[in-house]
Amino acid sequence: MAKSITSEFTKGLWNEIPPFRLVLGLCPVLGVTTTMQNGLGMGLATTFVLICSNILVSALRNLIPGKVRIACFIIIIATFVTVVELAMQAYAYQLFQQLGMFIPLIVVNCIVLGRAEAFAFKNNVMLSAADGLGMGIGFTLSLGALGGVREIIGTGTFYGASLFGPSFQPFSFMVQAPGAFVCLGLMLCIMNMFGSK
Amino acid sequence: MREMIKMVVVLTLLSAFSGGLLAAVRVGTKDQIENQELKFVKGPVIMQIFKGASNDPVKDRFKISDGDIERIFFVGIFDGKASRVILETSSSGFADTLGLMLGIDVDDDKIMSAGVTTHKETPGLGAKAATDPSWITQFKGISVLNEIKVTNDGGEINAISGATVTSRAVCLAATDAGKIYSRLKPQILEKLKDFTK
Repeated sequence: MAKSITSEFTKGLWNEIPPFRLVLGLCPVLGVTTTMQNGLGMGLATTFVLICSNILVSALRNLIPGKVRIACFIIIIATFVTVVELAMQAYAYQLFQQLGMFIPLIVVNCIVLGRAEAFAFKNNVMLSAADGLGMGIGFTLSLGALGGVREIIGTGTFYGASLFGPSFQPFSFMVQAPGAFVCLGLMLCIMNMFGSK
Repeated sequence: MREMIKMVVVLTLLSAFSGGLLAAVRVGTKDQIENQELKFVKGPVIMQIFKGASNDPVKDRFKISDGDIERIFFVGIFDGKASRVILETSSSGFADTLGLMLGIDVDDDKIMSAGVTTHKETPGLGAKAATDPSWITQFKGISVLNEIKVTNDGGEINAISGATVTSRAVCLAATDAGKIYSRLKPQILEKLKDFTK
């Protein structure tokens, strides 16, 4: 089966969109999506890590011995995560304060390790880059959507801008942990209604 | 045996590459991160302590080396005279390190104002040291040359009820700041001359 760059890229956007289809990497998905901005920021950070680690793992796939591949993946992923953390601290400090602990936790995000193991280790650099980009954008969109819904209902704002005026009583349950589960569950449900699996 | 050597070599090379990359990024972002911390974490506290100063105290700062440590002092110009400095010290609070900014008037060695910066104290109890401005104003007018203590220990600061550990930590940090200040006073006065124009 010939794999094309386009199909590897687009599968991450719908057919295998990470949190909803693969149901992977739920810790940051539930933890940081209290606002849309946080969701998108986290998504972009993860996208960068995904692309870089996919490219490097794929480029080194013939050199890395099978028995220590996981250790090598972790070194590669952890390096890029730290780069993102430092860069975010230097250029987007407020976002860094918001995301806090979740940035270093990208290291153990199953999506990143999963794509390295399941895809990049077996495919060439171009395909892996396309896969990383697609998965990353899919992840970002999912987090943005989840964050957007929770923000609109939970605090009555959309990307920081007030929507309903001062009389709106925010449904703060949605920005707390249980609200994250409920919202994610409903979105999974909707995805399954429309998607043909 | 050959496989073993290959594993060791690959892991070593990968770690070395990762270490090099991280060191480069760290050096590249260090100053920027310091600026961001000043702007978002320490800046607001400094501005509050030096309310009414005619200069930008975050920008007007100098460093004095105190043994192996470099202390940063922020300068406040009042009535055209650079007579007040802020220095930051820390002590261990109830949970994690507690950072304190202390504004000192060099003319009479008295505290003009103080503010807690970084802390992880209990919300509602110890966190009042940072969030409740009326508590921290107790430090105003106290001489830094003496030890600062809570009333339970024979001092003059009323502890936050239910948060004696935090209150003691703040006093300890303030006492520490006083010691550093009296030790470095000649140098501070020398440096301040450059700011008075």
